[in-house]
Amino acid sequence: MKSYALIFIHVLVIGVILILISGAPEVDEYSVLDANVQQTETEEAFDKMMDVLTHQRCMNCHPNDNVPKQGEDRHPHYFDMARGKADKGFQATKCATCHQEENNDYSGAPGAPHWSLAPKSMGWQGLSRTEIARIVLDPETNGGKSNEELVKHMTEDELVLWAWEPGIGVDGNLRELPPVSEEEFKKAVEIWFENGAVIPSK
Amino acid sequence: MTILLQVNGVDHALEIADENMPLLWVVRDILNLKGTKFGCGKAACGACTLHVDGEAVRSCSYAVKFAMNKKITTIEGLGNEQNPHPVQKAWVEHVVPQCGYCQPGFMMATAALLSKNPNPSDEEIDKNIINVCRCATYYRMRKAIHRAGELTRENLTNETTSS
Repeated sequence: MKSYALIFIHVLVIGVILILISGAPEVDEYSVLDANVQQTETEEAFDKMMDVLTHQRCMNCHPNDNVPKQGEDRHPHYFDMARGKADKGFQATKCATCHQEENNDYSGAPGAPHWSLAPKSMGWQGLSRTEIARIVLDPETNGGKSNEELVKHMTEDELVLWAWEPGIGVDGNLRELPPVSEEEFKKAVEIWFENGAVIPSK
Repeated sequence: MTILLQVNGVDHALEIADENMPLLWVVRDILNLKGTKFGCGKAACGACTLHVDGEAVRSCSYAVKFAMNKKITTIEGLGNEQNPHPVQKAWVEHVVPQCGYCQPGFMMATAALLSKNPNPSDEEIDKNIINVCRCATYYRMRKAIHRAGELTRENLTNETTSS
Protein backbone atom coordinates (compact mmCIF):
# COMPACT_ATOMS: atom_id res chain seq x y z
CA MET A 1 0.00 0.00 0.00
CA LYS A 2 2.81 2.31 1.01
CA SER A 3 4.58 1.93 -2.33
CA TYR A 4 1.32 2.76 -4.22
CA ALA A 5 0.97 5.91 -2.15
CA LEU A 6 4.55 6.94 -2.87
CA ILE A 7 4.10 6.38 -6.60
CA PHE A 8 0.87 8.41 -6.51
CA ILE A 9 2.57 11.31 -4.73
CA HIS A 10 5.47 11.27 -7.18
CA VAL A 11 3.13 11.24 -10.16
CA LEU A 12 1.12 14.07 -8.59
CA VAL A 13 4.21 16.24 -7.98
CA ILE A 14 5.55 15.64 -11.50
CA GLY A 15 2.10 16.45 -12.92
CA VAL A 16 1.88 19.69 -10.99
CA ILE A 17 5.39 20.69 -12.14
CA LEU A 18 4.53 19.90 -15.75
CA ILE A 19 1.34 21.98 -15.50
CA LEU A 20 3.24 24.88 -14.02
CA ILE A 21 6.01 24.75 -16.64
CA SER A 22 3.60 24.47 -19.55
CA GLY A 23 1.54 27.46 -18.29
CA ALA A 24 4.49 29.81 -17.66
CA PRO A 25 5.88 32.11 -20.39
CA GLU A 26 9.13 31.19 -22.09
CA VAL A 27 12.24 33.22 -21.19
CA ASP A 28 11.89 35.14 -24.47
CA GLU A 29 8.32 36.00 -23.58
CA TYR A 30 9.53 37.51 -20.30
CA SER A 31 11.91 39.71 -22.28
CA VAL A 32 9.08 40.90 -24.47
CA LEU A 33 6.93 41.65 -21.44
CA ASP A 34 9.80 43.60 -19.83
CA ALA A 35 10.35 45.53 -23.03
CA ASN A 36 6.66 46.39 -23.25
CA VAL A 37 6.62 47.60 -19.65
CA GLN A 38 9.74 49.68 -20.26
CA GLN A 39 8.33 51.13 -23.48
CA THR A 40 5.13 52.16 -21.72
CA GLU A 41 7.14 53.69 -18.86
CA THR A 42 9.38 55.55 -21.32
CA GLU A 43 6.46 56.89 -23.31
CA GLU A 44 4.64 58.01 -20.17
CA ALA A 45 7.79 59.77 -19.00
CA PHE A 46 8.17 61.39 -22.42
CA ASP A 47 4.58 62.62 -22.34
CA LYS A 48 4.95 64.10 -18.87
CA MET A 49 8.21 65.78 -19.79
CA MET A 50 6.69 67.22 -22.95
CA ASP A 51 3.59 68.42 -21.09
CA VAL A 52 6.01 70.72 -19.27
CA LEU A 53 8.31 71.66 -22.13
CA THR A 54 5.39 72.73 -24.30
CA HIS A 55 3.75 74.75 -21.52
CA GLN A 56 4.00 78.53 -21.77
CA ARG A 57 6.26 78.70 -18.70
CA CYS A 58 8.94 77.00 -20.79
CA MET A 59 7.88 77.81 -24.32
CA ASN A 60 7.70 81.58 -23.84
CA CYS A 61 11.50 81.71 -23.73
CA HIS A 62 12.11 79.15 -26.47
CA PRO A 63 10.85 81.17 -29.47
CA ASN A 64 11.62 80.51 -33.09
CA ASP A 65 11.36 84.17 -34.08
CA ASN A 66 13.84 85.65 -31.56
CA VAL A 67 10.98 87.38 -29.77
CA PRO A 68 10.27 86.30 -26.20
CA LYS A 69 6.65 85.68 -25.38
CA GLN A 70 4.70 86.75 -22.33
CA GLY A 71 1.70 85.64 -20.36
CA GLU A 72 -0.61 82.69 -20.54
CA ASP A 73 -1.63 83.70 -24.07
CA ARG A 74 2.00 83.72 -25.23
CA HIS A 75 1.82 87.19 -26.76
CA PRO A 76 5.02 88.77 -28.10
CA HIS A 77 7.01 90.59 -25.41
CA TYR A 78 5.90 94.19 -25.16
CA PHE A 79 8.06 97.03 -26.50
CA ASP A 80 9.68 94.88 -29.19
CA MET A 81 12.14 93.29 -26.81
CA ALA A 82 14.06 90.60 -28.64
CA ARG A 83 16.98 88.23 -28.42
CA GLY A 84 19.86 90.59 -29.14
CA LYS A 85 23.35 89.26 -29.72
CA ALA A 86 23.77 87.15 -26.58
CA ASP A 87 20.18 86.02 -25.87
CA LYS A 88 19.86 88.75 -23.21
CA GLY A 89 18.49 91.70 -25.10
CA PHE A 90 20.23 94.75 -26.51
CA GLN A 91 23.24 96.85 -25.56
CA ALA A 92 21.65 99.12 -22.98
CA THR A 93 18.17 97.70 -22.68
CA LYS A 94 18.46 94.06 -21.87
CA CYS A 95 16.60 91.39 -19.96
CA ALA A 96 18.28 92.49 -16.73
CA THR A 97 16.94 96.02 -17.13
CA CYS A 98 13.63 94.69 -15.83
CA HIS A 99 14.25 91.06 -14.76
CA GLN A 100 16.39 90.37 -11.72
CA GLU A 101 17.44 87.11 -10.08
CA GLU A 102 14.09 86.69 -8.34
CA ASN A 103 10.47 87.40 -9.11
CA ASN A 104 9.50 90.90 -8.12
CA ASP A 105 6.14 90.87 -6.39
CA TYR A 106 5.96 94.67 -6.34
CA SER A 107 6.05 95.07 -10.12
CA GLY A 108 5.02 91.57 -11.20
CA ALA A 109 8.16 91.24 -13.32
CA PRO A 110 9.36 87.63 -13.23
CA GLY A 111 12.97 86.86 -12.45
CA ALA A 112 15.44 84.03 -11.93
CA PRO A 113 19.20 83.58 -12.21
CA HIS A 114 20.60 84.13 -15.73
CA TRP A 115 17.23 85.27 -17.06
CA SER A 116 17.55 85.08 -20.83
CA LEU A 117 16.18 83.47 -23.95
CA ALA A 118 17.15 79.92 -24.74
CA PRO A 119 19.74 79.85 -27.54
CA LYS A 120 18.36 80.30 -31.03
CA SER A 121 19.13 76.66 -31.84
CA MET A 122 16.78 75.67 -29.03
CA GLY A 123 13.74 77.36 -30.56
CA TRP A 124 10.77 75.07 -29.93
CA GLN A 125 7.87 77.29 -30.84
CA GLY A 126 5.70 75.67 -33.52
CA LEU A 127 7.43 72.29 -33.37
CA SER A 128 5.91 68.93 -32.50
CA ARG A 129 6.92 67.09 -29.35
CA THR A 130 9.12 64.66 -31.25
CA GLU A 131 10.80 67.52 -33.12
CA ILE A 132 11.49 69.27 -29.82
CA ALA A 133 12.95 66.05 -28.41
CA ARG A 134 15.32 65.72 -31.37
CA ILE A 135 16.54 69.29 -30.85
CA VAL A 136 16.99 68.68 -27.13
CA LEU A 137 19.06 65.54 -27.70
CA ASP A 138 21.20 66.83 -30.56
CA PRO A 139 24.52 68.24 -29.28
CA GLU A 140 24.61 70.42 -32.40
CA THR A 141 21.54 72.27 -31.15
CA ASN A 142 21.64 71.78 -27.39
CA GLY A 143 24.97 73.49 -26.83
CA GLY A 144 27.05 70.31 -26.85
CA LYS A 145 25.33 68.76 -23.84
CA SER A 146 25.57 65.05 -23.11
CA ASN A 147 22.53 63.19 -21.81
CA GLU A 148 23.91 63.45 -18.27
CA GLU A 149 24.32 67.20 -18.66
CA LEU A 150 20.81 67.47 -20.07
CA VAL A 151 19.36 65.68 -17.05
CA LYS A 152 21.30 67.99 -14.75
CA HIS A 153 20.15 71.06 -16.68
CA MET A 154 16.51 70.00 -16.75
CA THR A 155 16.33 68.96 -13.11
CA GLU A 156 18.64 71.47 -11.42
CA ASP A 157 18.94 74.68 -13.41
CA GLU A 158 17.31 77.51 -11.46
CA LEU A 159 15.85 79.13 -14.54
CA VAL A 160 14.26 75.84 -15.62
CA LEU A 161 12.87 75.24 -12.13
CA TRP A 162 11.49 78.79 -12.05
CA ALA A 163 8.56 77.28 -13.98
CA TRP A 164 7.22 75.99 -10.65
CA GLU A 165 7.77 79.29 -8.85
CA PRO A 166 6.65 81.76 -11.49
CA GLY A 167 5.33 84.30 -9.02
CA ILE A 168 2.72 86.97 -9.46
CA GLY A 169 2.08 88.54 -12.86
CA VAL A 170 1.60 92.22 -13.59
CA ASP A 171 -2.16 91.64 -13.27
CA GLY A 172 -1.66 90.59 -9.65
CA ASN A 173 -2.61 86.96 -10.27
CA LEU A 174 -0.35 83.95 -9.82
CA ARG A 175 1.12 82.71 -13.07
CA GLU A 176 -0.12 79.33 -14.21
CA LEU A 177 2.02 76.35 -13.24
CA PRO A 178 2.98 73.58 -15.67
CA PRO A 179 0.47 70.68 -15.66
CA VAL A 180 2.99 68.31 -14.07
CA SER A 181 4.51 68.85 -10.62
CA GLU A 182 8.21 69.65 -10.27
CA GLU A 183 8.92 66.30 -8.65
CA GLU A 184 6.98 64.35 -11.28
CA PHE A 185 8.79 66.25 -14.02
CA LYS A 186 12.22 65.52 -12.57
CA LYS A 187 11.31 61.85 -12.21
CA ALA A 188 9.99 61.72 -15.77
CA VAL A 189 13.18 63.29 -17.11
CA GLU A 190 15.33 60.80 -15.22
CA ILE A 191 13.25 57.81 -16.34
CA TRP A 192 13.22 58.91 -19.95
CA PHE A 193 16.97 59.32 -20.10
CA GLU A 194 17.66 56.17 -18.05
CA ASN A 195 15.56 54.21 -20.54
CA GLY A 196 17.62 55.44 -23.44
CA ALA A 197 15.88 58.73 -24.30
CA VAL A 198 13.81 57.00 -26.94
CA ILE A 199 11.66 59.38 -28.95
CA PRO A 200 8.24 57.82 -29.60
CA SER A 201 7.46 57.18 -33.25
CA LYS A 202 4.28 59.27 -33.00
CA MET B 1 18.70 95.00 7.11
CA THR B 2 21.43 97.54 6.48
CA ILE B 3 21.91 98.39 2.82
CA LEU B 4 25.21 99.95 1.86
CA LEU B 5 25.12 101.75 -1.43
CA GLN B 6 26.49 104.81 -3.16
CA VAL B 7 24.07 107.21 -4.79
CA ASN B 8 25.43 109.93 -7.05
CA GLY B 9 28.83 109.60 -5.40
CA VAL B 10 27.54 109.74 -1.82
CA ASP B 11 27.80 106.66 0.41
CA HIS B 12 24.73 105.62 2.37
CA ALA B 13 24.02 103.01 5.02
CA LEU B 14 20.26 102.59 5.09
CA GLU B 15 18.20 100.58 7.53
CA ILE B 16 15.51 98.99 5.39
CA ALA B 17 12.82 96.81 6.97
CA ASP B 18 11.77 95.20 3.68
CA GLU B 19 14.78 94.15 1.63
CA ASN B 20 12.48 93.72 -1.37
CA MET B 21 11.42 97.36 -1.32
CA PRO B 22 11.85 98.80 -4.83
CA LEU B 23 14.98 100.89 -5.20
CA LEU B 24 12.74 103.61 -6.63
CA TRP B 25 11.00 104.04 -3.27
CA VAL B 26 14.34 104.25 -1.50
CA VAL B 27 15.63 106.87 -3.90
CA ARG B 28 12.51 109.00 -3.85
CA ASP B 29 11.09 108.54 -0.36
CA ILE B 30 14.16 107.92 1.78
CA LEU B 31 16.89 109.81 -0.08
CA ASN B 32 14.45 112.46 -1.30
CA LEU B 33 15.73 112.40 -4.86
CA LYS B 34 12.52 113.11 -6.72
CA GLY B 35 13.92 113.27 -10.26
CA THR B 36 13.37 109.56 -10.86
CA LYS B 37 9.68 109.08 -11.53
CA PHE B 38 7.08 106.46 -10.73
CA GLY B 39 5.17 105.66 -13.92
CA CYS B 40 3.55 102.27 -14.31
CA GLY B 41 5.13 100.38 -11.41
CA LYS B 42 5.38 97.33 -13.67
CA ALA B 43 8.81 97.78 -15.26
CA ALA B 44 7.11 98.71 -18.49
CA CYS B 45 7.19 102.47 -19.09
CA GLY B 46 10.76 103.26 -18.05
CA ALA B 47 10.02 106.49 -16.14
CA CYS B 48 11.93 105.04 -13.17
CA THR B 49 15.10 104.22 -15.12
CA LEU B 50 18.34 104.87 -13.29
CA HIS B 51 21.81 103.31 -13.43
CA VAL B 52 23.13 100.55 -11.21
CA ASP B 53 26.87 100.16 -11.78
CA GLY B 54 26.40 101.90 -15.12
CA GLU B 55 23.57 99.66 -16.36
CA ALA B 56 20.09 101.00 -17.02
CA VAL B 57 17.61 99.50 -14.58
CA ARG B 58 13.87 99.93 -14.06
CA SER B 59 14.02 100.83 -10.38
CA CYS B 60 10.34 100.12 -9.67
CA SER B 61 11.20 96.48 -10.30
CA TYR B 62 14.58 96.35 -8.59
CA ALA B 63 14.65 95.14 -5.00
CA VAL B 64 16.91 97.33 -2.88
CA LYS B 65 18.79 94.25 -1.61
CA PHE B 66 20.29 93.86 -5.08
CA ALA B 67 21.77 97.37 -4.78
CA MET B 68 24.03 96.34 -1.90
CA ASN B 69 27.54 97.76 -2.43
CA LYS B 70 26.61 99.13 -5.84
CA LYS B 71 26.89 102.56 -7.40
CA ILE B 72 23.58 104.16 -8.24
CA THR B 73 23.25 107.14 -10.55
CA THR B 74 19.99 109.04 -10.78
CA ILE B 75 19.11 111.93 -13.06
CA GLU B 76 20.36 114.28 -10.32
CA GLY B 77 23.81 112.69 -10.57
CA LEU B 78 24.05 112.60 -14.35
CA GLY B 79 25.24 116.20 -14.55
CA ASN B 80 24.41 119.67 -13.32
CA GLU B 81 23.88 123.13 -14.72
CA GLN B 82 27.57 123.93 -14.60
CA ASN B 83 28.66 120.63 -16.06
CA PRO B 84 25.74 119.02 -17.89
CA HIS B 85 25.92 115.53 -19.34
CA PRO B 86 25.84 115.44 -23.18
CA VAL B 87 22.34 114.01 -22.96
CA GLN B 88 21.19 116.94 -20.82
CA LYS B 89 22.81 119.42 -23.22
CA ALA B 90 21.17 117.82 -26.23
CA TRP B 91 17.78 117.65 -24.50
CA VAL B 92 17.96 121.39 -23.85
CA GLU B 93 19.15 122.17 -27.38
CA HIS B 94 16.23 120.28 -28.92
CA VAL B 95 13.68 121.38 -26.34
CA VAL B 96 12.61 117.77 -26.02
CA PRO B 97 10.22 117.67 -23.05
CA GLN B 98 6.57 118.50 -23.25
CA CYS B 99 5.05 117.62 -19.88
CA GLY B 100 8.47 116.28 -18.91
CA TYR B 101 7.37 113.54 -16.54
CA CYS B 102 8.96 110.65 -18.42
CA GLN B 103 12.07 112.51 -19.53
CA PRO B 104 14.46 111.59 -16.69
CA GLY B 105 13.90 107.93 -17.53
CA PHE B 106 14.52 108.53 -21.22
CA MET B 107 17.65 110.52 -20.45
CA MET B 108 19.05 107.82 -18.19
CA ALA B 109 18.29 105.13 -20.77
CA THR B 110 20.00 107.26 -23.43
CA ALA B 111 23.04 107.91 -21.25
CA ALA B 112 23.37 104.14 -20.69
CA LEU B 113 23.18 103.50 -24.42
CA LEU B 114 25.75 106.16 -25.30
CA SER B 115 28.17 104.84 -22.69
CA LYS B 116 28.25 101.61 -24.67
CA ASN B 117 27.63 102.93 -28.13
CA PRO B 118 28.32 106.64 -28.70
CA ASN B 119 27.15 106.48 -32.30
CA PRO B 120 23.87 104.57 -32.32
CA SER B 121 21.94 104.07 -35.53
CA ASP B 122 18.20 104.70 -35.70
CA GLU B 123 17.68 100.96 -35.44
CA GLU B 124 19.84 100.75 -32.33
CA ILE B 125 17.93 103.65 -30.81
CA ASP B 126 14.66 101.86 -31.55
CA LYS B 127 15.91 98.70 -29.86
CA ASN B 128 17.40 100.33 -26.79
CA ILE B 129 15.23 103.32 -26.05
CA ILE B 130 11.87 101.71 -25.50
CA ASN B 131 10.48 103.91 -22.74
CA VAL B 132 7.02 105.39 -23.09
CA CYS B 133 6.22 109.08 -23.56
CA ARG B 134 2.53 109.95 -23.51
CA CYS B 135 3.24 113.34 -25.06
CA ALA B 136 4.88 111.46 -27.95
CA THR B 137 8.08 113.49 -27.99
CA TYR B 138 9.80 110.62 -29.75
CA TYR B 139 10.70 112.62 -32.85
CA ARG B 140 12.53 115.29 -30.88
CA MET B 141 14.08 112.68 -28.67
CA ARG B 142 15.58 110.86 -31.63
CA LYS B 143 17.22 114.07 -32.80
CA ALA B 144 18.46 114.76 -29.29
CA ILE B 145 19.87 111.25 -28.95
CA HIS B 146 21.87 111.69 -32.16
CA ARG B 147 23.05 115.10 -30.95
CA ALA B 148 24.01 113.65 -27.56
CA GLY B 149 25.97 111.02 -29.43
CA GLU B 150 27.86 113.75 -31.30
CA LEU B 151 28.66 115.53 -28.04
CA THR B 152 29.76 112.27 -26.43
CA ARG B 153 32.06 111.49 -29.34
CA GLU B 154 33.50 115.04 -29.17
CA ASN B 155 34.18 114.54 -25.46
CA LEU B 156 35.86 111.23 -26.16
CA THR B 157 38.01 112.81 -28.88
CA ASN B 158 38.99 115.67 -26.57
CA GLU B 159 39.87 113.24 -23.79
CA THR B 160 42.05 111.23 -26.18
CA THR B 161 43.77 114.36 -27.49
CA SER B 162 44.48 115.78 -24.04
CA SER B 163 45.80 112.50 -22.59
